Amino acid sequence: MMDLLEIPDEIRSWIGKSLIEDDAGFEVERGYIATTCASVENGNPIYWDDEVAAAITEGPIAPPAMLSVWMRPHYWQPGRTEQPMPLEVHFKLKKGLELPEAIVTANEIVFGAPVRPGDRIRTRQVLKSVSEPKTNKLGTGRYWAIDVEYYNQQDEWVGTETYEFFGYRRD
Amino acid sequence: MATDWPILTADQVKEGDALPSLSVDVSATTVVLGALASRDWRPMHHDRDFATNQGVRDIFLNTPSQAAWFERYLTDWTGPLGRPGRLRFKMRRSVCPGDTMTFTGVVTGVETDDVGCCWARVKIDLMVGDENMTPCTARVALPRNPSDNPWKRQGADWKP
Repeated sequence: MMDLLEIPDEIRSWIGKSLIEDDAGFEVERGYIATTCASVENGNPIYWDDEVAAAITEGPIAPPAMLSVWMRPHYWQPGRTEQPMPLEVHFKLKKGLELPEAIVTANEIVFGAPVRPGDRIRTRQVLKSVSEPKTNKLGTGRYWAIDVEYYNQQDEWVGTETYEFFGYRRD
Repeated sequence: MATDWPILTADQVKEGDALPSLSVDVSATTVVLGALASRDWRPMHHDRDFATNQGVRDIFLNTPSQAAWFERYLTDWTGPLGRPGRLRFKMRRSVCPGDTMTFTGVVTGVETDDVGCCWARVKIDLMVGDENMTPCTARVALPRNPSDNPWKRQGADWKP
């Protein structure tokens, strides 16, 4: 197994902390909700029929699995010179640990209060863990897990996504 | 208002029950539409040359698209009163245009939590041929009876 960089003190100090807090920069909107439902042919009437939504969910909501849609930055916007990274903590880890390759090994999403059109969603990225060095068929590297917590404009928790990664170098 | 939606109540569900399977032919449009719907602009989800240069056989379904497929599969079964609480999945292999994905599911448990919410645990497999591309486990809240509605739960009464 090749030698890996020790986990720098700075990265150790990140574990358990909220490192990046961000706002989606736009309101939850029905066009994306309809496009998402169309993309997976989801005919659930709470997303298509306002009367059904009123009866069941007290008005229109977004499919819970859309959470990450509300944290992804625009591809371009005026005045910006660098392409933004949607999961910035992950890219900081790759760079800080000198592990150029990475894959998502597992994803968990826990759903809180419903997300509704007009909501402004903000996120907090929390580094949960970084493993000791591991070697598998991809190479040698480390596993890490990042929580992305989502809140609406009333500071109500609307969900948490946990991304588990393996960052590695090819042997 | 349409009122003929299915209502699956917790007492109709037991461990070992199989969900109806769902087969979907994946096209380039399936992949690209899913990526755009989830605001994922990364090229491996729309640029075949980029994907193959990365060692993948083609563009492939992204993570939020797979989450959306799992949610749709789950709520096709429960009807609109089913409220997803949790999804966990591992993408073992890429799902690409030309694949036919088949979702299968089985109930692994039914329980009532300490605030009276009824839950079904479901194991879902996203298969392509004989290969389990993405195994998933889900927890979904079900109404106790036709007048119960898990979507009304909030705060401490919602423990996903």
